[in-house]
Formats: sequence, structure tokens, C-alpha cells
Amino acid sequence: MSLAPFGRRACEVTANVASGGYRIFSLRDREGPAPAPGQFYMLAAERSWGKGGGRPYLPRAISVAEAVPATEGVRLDFLVEGVGPGTDRLCDLEAGERVWVTGPLGNSFSTPREVNPEAAGAILVGGGIGIAPMAIWRRHLVERGIPLRVLLGFRNEAHSGGLNELFCAGGSLCPDIRLASEDGHAGHQGYVTDLLATMLAGDDAASAVVYSCGPPAMLEAVRALCGEHCVASELAMESPMACGFGACFGCAVPKPDGGYIRLCVDGPIVRGDAVLEVAHA
Amino acid sequence: MPDFCGIELAHPVLNASGTYDAIAARRVFGDEILDDFPFSAFVSKTITPEPRAGNAPRRIWETPAGMINSIGLPNKGLEGFLAEDLPQLAQLPVPLIVSVMATNREEFSRLVREVGERDEVVALELNVSCPNVHSGLIVGEQPTETEALLEALRPLTQKPLIVKLTPNVANPEAVALAAEEGGADAVSLINTLKASAIDPATGEPAIAAGHGGLSGPAVRPIALQQLRAVRAAVELPLVGMGGIASGADAGEFLAAGATLVAVGTESFRDPRAGARIANDLETAMSRGPSRVEALHLD
Repeated sequence: MSLAPFGRRACEVTANVASGGYRIFSLRDREGPAPAPGQFYMLAAERSWGKGGGRPYLPRAISVAEAVPATEGVRLDFLVEGVGPGTDRLCDLEAGERVWVTGPLGNSFSTPREVNPEAAGAILVGGGIGIAPMAIWRRHLVERGIPLRVLLGFRNEAHSGGLNELFCAGGSLCPDIRLASEDGHAGHQGYVTDLLATMLAGDDAASAVVYSCGPPAMLEAVRALCGEHCVASELAMESPMACGFGACFGCAVPKPDGGYIRLCVDGPIVRGDAVLEVAHA
Repeated sequence: MPDFCGIELAHPVLNASGTYDAIAARRVFGDEILDDFPFSAFVSKTITPEPRAGNAPRRIWETPAGMINSIGLPNKGLEGFLAEDLPQLAQLPVPLIVSVMATNREEFSRLVREVGERDEVVALELNVSCPNVHSGLIVGEQPTETEALLEALRPLTQKPLIVKLTPNVANPEAVALAAEEGGADAVSLINTLKASAIDPATGEPAIAAGHGGLSGPAVRPIALQQLRAVRAAVELPLVGMGGIASGADAGEFLAAGATLVAVGTESFRDPRAGARIANDLETAMSRGPSRVEALHLD
């Protein structure tokens, strides 16, 4: 993982485009190091943050979807869905305005061999907005020649943002990727975890490590499936977070043996067997 | 250079207890944090006699210009703190103040004795917002309980004792006066205001514990008035806090009679907020006689 510069810094928005119901915006980070896959940033617009009835007030924790060396520093890409005052404001960012950035924060994914010396490859499982950290992790694994399969799931077309920008090459979906959609508009009709269940029932699944990010119910299904098949997993989790650097103690996640971890400093990447259960409604 | 209970500090800005984990922050930001530490003294998270895991989530909820929290004082307990955290906190480049809390006088005494005798610690803050297990009363809500506790603890250490007041009482100045009469060296205020919110998605309380404490700029005018009331009642030095987010905000608390100020929730938004506020204060004070006016001219 990469160490964050101390404090927040203002980064310029260089682009913000619509994508399948979501937005992808890019920041030019002149000071920070390149993030490791799985790390996140605390983001707040420099202006009009908290001007409408006092919210948003706290910065928002957002996983980085891609990081690319640029002429000056690093270009950071974020995939966002407007679901409240904070993400709504981030969706409205305009090129040229500035965003307060703290990060990169948290830990990062481990390679399959780091998780399990016997591991032969990786299975990535992303759902909805959670496909973001899978994109930067997939690129790292591909660059290192590590065999992988990618399973991505969507509720419907309006929740399929980022697919074209983050997982396609030369206008078509990368060949290692399979899709599932609940409405059947693309790929398997059903849950992405249906695809994972089939894959884990296969012969070579035991030598894989599963990496996943998505809605809590999906993550819990992934955690449970991996547990049943004795396959190691790393989950990119989410929890309400005020600070991102261990100060507020808000992002508590229960441990199997009692007590809590702070997701910001002990996560956001957590081994499937290190959490009690992914809490979901 | 403010003098606080005989402790010389580089500037008047501290952290509010429980809003900054210097050990975790050093893991996240590296040793750069030691070169440019944002506070002139560091106040630890509250230590209790035994370890505490903290409350079940959900623990925090954003509100207009603020947030509600119910964290539940997670800490390693006295033994764990002394063995694991104290040596790391002693490496900070500023004096260390340790916040302590217990539910009876014997346990409070043990904390004050054992923490007070450590050379790494310059002062103790007494978090008196928990219920007394014998009387069932919240110590800091009752002037008589507060005075009796201070009289018991005062002889146990030579080091300054700071009493952290709760704002959830009709007359915080009466509790401050009781602390003064019991032998406290300073008073800090305010702690968070009791608050709740409903999660619109469920119709249930947004905080798992049902309620929590409100902090952030939303509470600042209340904090300022409580500080003025306490200032009028006691001679003790005061540490003022409650929604301070800028040098101008800090200047208001100093103008109202605080010796020091503390920054809490603003550090969540800006990990270096303490240093920014201290710099803004210094610039403003170097400019003219009315520090608050000068700050508002910026």
C-alpha cells in the first residue's frame, strides 16, 4: 500500500463523464503517490460542500477505480453513483474546479500467492458501483501475468456504469470477463454470485483466491460461498466513515472472535474469514 | 506561548479527546506527522480501567453542519494503555494529556494514581460524563458528585487535573464551580450534545445505540454561550471547544475567555486542521489588538 501525504490537498477535476447511470470523474493529483489497488480517498468538493442545508458536511470515502501516470502527477479516476448529498455533489463536479483529497488510505489487495502460496490464479467478483476497485486490481494482475477470471453483475442497465470505460479494450469487453444482470439485459440473467457458485463447484476453483466488492448482500453471499468451498477471499468493504485515518472510530466492523476492526486503517480489504458476517439489510 | 497550568505550549490549539488517534494517524501518514504535529499538546482517547470494545455499529451519522456519534469509548484498558500506547504517545513532539474515566471512585483513583505517576504524562483530563455505579447519577451532571470526586482525586497526583464538562445540564457553571472548589486545575468544555436522528430508509434510529452526541459547527454557538457562563463563574483556566473549524472560530472562544481551544470534528475533514487554525490565529494576533476582528477581516 502507498502512504498518504499528511493532510488534505486540493486537486483539480480534469474530466467528469456519464456512464451507464453513474459518473466517472478524474482528478489530477500532483502530490500524492500512485495508490495501490483497493485503497481509497476521502473526497469533498472545495466549494458548495455543505451549502445546501448544511450537508454534505463530512468528506466521502471513495475507492479508486484507476490510477494512471500523467504529465504532472497521477490521474485518479473515481466511479460514483449519486445516492445522497455527498455523492450527488461529486456527480456534479465540473472540470476545472477543485476537490479536497486525503489519501491514498487503507490497505490494498494481496496477490493470490500472498494469500495462499499454492494459489494459481484470481477470481474477481464485482457488483454495481463495486466494480470500481476490481478495475484497477484487474489491470495490476494482468500486468503481472497472473491468471484471472472476472465476474461482474448489475441490477439493470441504469446500474452498469463504468463497464465500457474500465473493462473494455478496443470497443469490446475483455475476454476474461463474464457478466450477470438481474434484468437479463446482459450476460447471465440473475446474480453474479450464481456465476461464482458454478465456478467454485469446478475442479480448479480450490487453487484460486476470490476478490470481491459490491453491495453488502452480494459480499455476504461471496463470503459464505468461499467459506463453503474453502476458498480464500479478500473483500473490499464499506462502512460509514467520517475521517478515513483512524480518528473517528465510526467504521467499526465486527470480528469473528469479538470486538471490532476499524475499516479505514484495518481495511477496507478484509479477509473473508476475518469478518463475522457482512451486515446487510 | 500560552501557559496552561504551568505547562508551556507552542500555541493554544489542542485536540478534543477521542477525535484523533495519533498512533493510527502515524501509521497512515508516516513520520511526517511528527515533523508538523497539528496540536500543541495531545489529549488521549479516554482510558477506562478495563478494555472496552466500543458500541455496535452503526456508530456515526451525518447531520446538518455536524455529526452524531456513539462510539462507546473503545480502548485497551489501563494495563494495555500503559504497556502498548503510552510508549508510542511519548514519541510525539508535544506534551501528553491523558483522559480517564471510571464508574466508581476507587477505579477513578487507581487511574489517576497510575497514570499520574508516569513521567510521559503532563496532565490528566477527567471525563465525568459516565454514570456513577453506586449512586446511579452521572457525576458531571451533579455539582455535589463532581466536587466529591475531585476531593477524592486531588491528593493522588501533583499533576494538573482538567475536568471535562458535559453540556447536557441546565447549569454547567454550577458543575464548573464545584470542580473548582474540589481542587480542579482547569475545566474543558463542551462534550457532545445528546442527539438522535432517524434513518429515512428504515424509520428506525440511525445510531444503533438509539442516540449519540452531536458535534461539528452546528453546536458552536451553544458551546460559546456555555463557555461564557462558566467563565463568569470560575477563575480556572478554560479549554474551549465545540465546532471550531477556523481561526476565526477559535478567536471567538479565546475572546470569550478560553485559555486554550480544542479541535475535534474538523480534524475528520482536515487531518491538519489544528495546525491551520493555530497558524490563522497567530497571523491574526500579530496584526492587531482585536484578534477576533482581525480574523473576520480575512
